[in-house]
Amino acid sequence: MYSEKVMDHFQNPRNVGELEDANAVGEVGNPTCGDIIKLYLKIDDDDMIKDIRFRTFGCGAAVATSSMVTELVKGKKIDEALTLSRDKVAEALGGLPATKMHCSNLATEALQDAIEEYRKDKNAKKN
Amino acid sequence: MEGLYFDHAATTPVRPEVVEAMQPYFTDFYGNPSSVHAFGQKAARAIEAAREEIARLIGAERPEEIIFTGGGTEADNLAIKGIAMAQKDKGKHIITTTIEHHAVLHACQFLERHLDYDVSYLSVNEDGLIDLQELKSALREDTVLITIMSANNEVGAIQPVREIGEIARKNNIYFHTDAVQTVGQIDVDVVQDKIDLLSLSAHKFNGPKGVGALYLKKGIKIVPQMSGGAQEGRKRSGTENVPAIVGMGEAAKLANANLEKKQAKYSRLRDLLIERIEKEIPDVLLNGPRGDKRLPGNVNITFRYIEGESILLNLDMLNIAASTGSACASGSLDPSHVLLAMGRPHELAHGSIRFSLGYGNSEEDIDKLMKDLPEIIQRLRNMSPLYDG
Ligand SMILES: Cc1ncc(COP(=O)(O)O)c(C=O)c1O
Repeated sequence: MYSEKVMDHFQNPRNVGELEDANAVGEVGNPTCGDIIKLYLKIDDDDMIKDIRFRTFGCGAAVATSSMVTELVKGKKIDEALTLSRDKVAEALGGLPATKMHCSNLATEALQDAIEEYRKDKNAKKN
Repeated sequence: MEGLYFDHAATTPVRPEVVEAMQPYFTDFYGNPSSVHAFGQKAARAIEAAREEIARLIGAERPEEIIFTGGGTEADNLAIKGIAMAQKDKGKHIITTTIEHHAVLHACQFLERHLDYDVSYLSVNEDGLIDLQELKSALREDTVLITIMSANNEVGAIQPVREIGEIARKNNIYFHTDAVQTVGQIDVDVVQDKIDLLSLSAHKFNGPKGVGALYLKKGIKIVPQMSGGAQEGRKRSGTENVPAIVGMGEAAKLANANLEKKQAKYSRLRDLLIERIEKEIPDVLLNGPRGDKRLPGNVNITFRYIEGESILLNLDMLNIAASTGSACASGSLDPSHVLLAMGRPHELAHGSIRFSLGYGNSEEDIDKLMKDLPEIIQRLRNMSPLYDG
């Protein structure tokens, strides 16, 4: 059902956990739909993602896409991170079953959610 | 295959004796049972012998009350649509439950959509059991069929079949029960329980897949759902799957032997597994009743804070087979309709795992499972945003 890459990220998820000094947190999903992804980001003054962690409640695809997203955006500028599409995440994982494509949406949405919140906070501080 | 198999409610291994009984009907006795020659008559006799075994297993008085089908799904469809079509001038109301297998639920929905039938769906309590009072209140002048499963495939809840049969008989309404999960597991008696139609499926009691049967009490008319060569007393056309029917007969014979002893064995293993999970893993919830109202081999547990498919994948990596009521494993967005009907919130339904025990399982298998399960659950919980342990 799942590709080897997906199973690898499911079995050995990268960057699991929380960040004490996170300055951006994104969360999507709810227990009703069966998937919740929470991302913790540490973004530095140059808008670079210095560190990232995740916690996920969900299926194999949800865990693997969370893990892959953290790997793909770590060390990237937030503008670049925002261009990450669900298709790119799925591609990096060697594909996902058709019924699981919505899961790859969640991880990138959580990322966008976190960055949006971070920008709002930053603008609020400026004004 | 290597590994631990705890998915006997999905399907069971075919016993070697069954394979052996089937073998000659592929290669030697391959005649068409409708043919007059000896090749055909040999096959026809084998079908009749199987029919007798199955009648015996469910307490039917006459072998001709058994109609062979292509499985449990087909038996359910034949029973429900067949009665509905035969009774449509008498009334267009059917009573069923919210926790039926989709073979029954979707057959009822078909009748609502295409034949203007009205269907009442009885609720269940938190253990998955119906309320007989609610059944009585649902009865109408135009009720022609009550179809209620004998036991639920997900949570193992055994329904009060005999009481339902009495209510149906007293009110002159046909009673169909999907007994796919009980036949071969617990004693089934269509006469004592006043059952008019009963579905069973061979692959749930160590027979082959793709073969089943409908018990139809003598004298009850149904409209066949398959037009053709008038096999099976005109009720199910199509050349009989002789080897599969022979296998089903052999499986019925084996299931009937020591039924009580096997029931006691799997009930004991079931209770042992439930007890160990409840003792060794925190924050778990048993789905379905305890004790006599639960199918012998059924264990269904919700592990809070985590999702079922990810548990299954972890078990699968260790070659351990089970199943889940989570939506993520089904391809739909909703988790198990059975757990939702029992009032379990979505997140608890998503975290449910069914371990179903059967032929070949032993206490040692439970020891092996429990060596790994607590660690898998903890690992997934550590990853979950819902858990702060
Ligand atoms: C309660 C119940 N009814 C019907 C079926 C369908 O039987 P079959 O797989 O033989 O079509 C099953 C098994 O999947 C079942 O558990």
